[in-house]
Amino acid sequence: MIAAIATPTTTWYLLLGAVLFSIGVIGVMVRRNPLILFMCVELMLNAVNLTFVALARRFGDIGGQSTVFFVMVVAAAEVVVGLGIVVAILRRKPHATTDDMAELKG
Amino acid sequence: MLDLVWLIPALPLAGFICILLFGRKLGDPKAGYFATAMVGASFLVTVGVFADMMSKTAEERSHLRTLFQWIPVGSLKVDLALLADPLSITMCLFVTGIGTLIHLYAVGYMHGDSKFSKFFLYLNLFAFSMLMLVLGSNMLVTFLGWEGVGTCSYLLIAFWHQKDSAATAGKKAFITNRVGDWGFMMAMFFAFWAVGSLDYSVINHSLLSTSTATAIALFCFIGACGKSAQLPLYLWLPDAMEGPTPVSALIHAATMVTAGVYLMCRISPVLEIASNYAGWIIAIIGAATAFYAATIAVAQNDIKKVLAYSTVSQLGYMFLAVGSGAYTAALFHMITHAFFKALLFLGAGSVIHGMHHEQDMRRMGALRKLMPITAITFIIGWLAIAGVPPFAGFWSKDEILLFAYDKSPILWFVGLVTALLTAYYMTRQVIMVFYGKARWNDAHEEHGAHGDTEPHESPWMMVTPLMVLAVLSIVGGAINLPFSHTTERLVTWLEPVVVVRESTTAKLPLAIIAIVVGLVGIGLAIIVYAKHRVKAIEPQILADAWGYDRAVSNFMGGPGRQAFDGLAWADGHVVDGAVNGTGALVRSIAGKVRKLQTGNVRTYAAAIGAGVVLLLMWFVVVRGIL
Repeated sequence: MIAAIATPTTTWYLLLGAVLFSIGVIGVMVRRNPLILFMCVELMLNAVNLTFVALARRFGDIGGQSTVFFVMVVAAAEVVVGLGIVVAILRRKPHATTDDMAELKG
Repeated sequence: MLDLVWLIPALPLAGFICILLFGRKLGDPKAGYFATAMVGASFLVTVGVFADMMSKTAEERSHLRTLFQWIPVGSLKVDLALLADPLSITMCLFVTGIGTLIHLYAVGYMHGDSKFSKFFLYLNLFAFSMLMLVLGSNMLVTFLGWEGVGTCSYLLIAFWHQKDSAATAGKKAFITNRVGDWGFMMAMFFAFWAVGSLDYSVINHSLLSTSTATAIALFCFIGACGKSAQLPLYLWLPDAMEGPTPVSALIHAATMVTAGVYLMCRISPVLEIASNYAGWIIAIIGAATAFYAATIAVAQNDIKKVLAYSTVSQLGYMFLAVGSGAYTAALFHMITHAFFKALLFLGAGSVIHGMHHEQDMRRMGALRKLMPITAITFIIGWLAIAGVPPFAGFWSKDEILLFAYDKSPILWFVGLVTALLTAYYMTRQVIMVFYGKARWNDAHEEHGAHGDTEPHESPWMMVTPLMVLAVLSIVGGAINLPFSHTTERLVTWLEPVVVVRESTTAKLPLAIIAIVVGLVGIGLAIIVYAKHRVKAIEPQILADAWGYDRAVSNFMGGPGRQAFDGLAWADGHVVDGAVNGTGALVRSIAGKVRKLQTGNVRTYAAAIGAGVVLLLMWFVVVRGIL
């Protein structure tokens, strides 16, 4: 009975994905450090990846898993550019927060 | 030779370009002789074309020479084409002929002017434009020349633009002519709308409806009123006398101002189709202008102003003829008028030149002894314009009066009174300038010491044109003598292109009355001005041109100006206000909306998050997907 309860089902993974995604969203909205912000974005991406894989396994569809590869490739490229920008900003203004970077405001 | 018709306008154009490039280098007087030679060569070509045309039968005399396709747009096809036919060649003959004489005269008259070569630049451009006007085979080419002569007229009236009055007169001429140009353009639109072409050959030979023909004729007449200085647009011509005298002679007496008459004759078949009242309007305006201008000329003291009003009056005669359907008579008078009016203007110029730029006739007198050739030629011109037989003016004026009588005895009577006034004011002018006491010395004493003020005869290049024109003014009538059909050479010559009408009235009694009236006019002036038996009647209102000029100025300066100021205010505030208001509104809204772009990354993220949630809600709750 306990074993049956303890066996993880697809729902568990989906719930975990939802929790991770929400943490990411809240992190982006609440934190001000650019690096943390960046990590939160990654967290959201990977939460989505997790739901993709879980559902692919649940429905026996390879399409979901292959999409994850695309997401990872794009995420890698995004990290290269994004980290570069973050490093460049922090070099110019050490201890800068995202709120300090509002030169383009209307 | 007919194929060489393009050379006629091309030669003055070449002269214009050469003087434009090398005018300063040629200088005084070579640039003048060069310009004269170009127009003279053009005259020789015209004579050649004329001779060639004479040798052909009447049907073969029209020759179309297309130079190139000018405007091919949809159904509008306009060629730059020249039409050589008896009418246009007749015009070319006297334009280039008199043009050459006046060019030569101007070499003497403009000698020593600082803008000598520029003067001949404009004169050659004028000759080119005038010839294009006359030779154009469609209304648009004519319009090109029409605007060209208008521009040259403006440039030459304001030639001495450092004088305020000259600059103003130039602007006045230009603006008044715009009103007429509007009429010409409307006529073109109507013609194109009605027959789909601007070619005279098409317009004149198509079956227009009466109303369309009336519209074309009357709009053309508005154009003609502007260019040929008829009521109510005559205003600019008397002021145009601010220009150098050769310009007054060439442009404002002999050639350009007759362009309106030419246009009316060119479209004479259209005028024949037009309603009866179109002819009446033209005839009445012509007769009214002739009479009106003649009354003003009676009281002018400026030697050129008299001639200017006289020109307006004589042009009125020509329109009286056009309105009466006597197109050949109008053209006949145009030619003889070109001879004697050019002669009178050049004579006046010679007097002004000899008097050291004095134009007031009250300061002249007894000049016949000092300027014998000018005096004799001027007197010939006077006899010609006064209608004394056998001088040229008598024949043509008589012809017009004859047809006016056919139209209506009242028009004939107005014309007759005008003839009386013409003889009167011209006699007055001759007496004031060439007879009586010498008054130039008292004049110059008022000015203070002026040194040698003795008037002198003009140089040969000024006197030669006077003599040639004097001969033409004597024998000019011979081109159309009313004795029999064979002596009416001009009528026979123009018959293929211009509508010709026969008069039914007996010629001799009318001619005798006209002669008597002319002699009475001369006699009256002699009694008043030479014998001083009667005191001269020169009311101020006539010297002021019936106050018409001032009324127009007052109106345009007062209520008219206020109306236009109001219009400008409405434009500045209502129209611009609407446009600027729209702009300001968009700006202010945008100024508020742009605050949304906070530049804060986290706000953007929140907006994206909220947007995603709202979209999902819409899909799930409203659309019921999932």
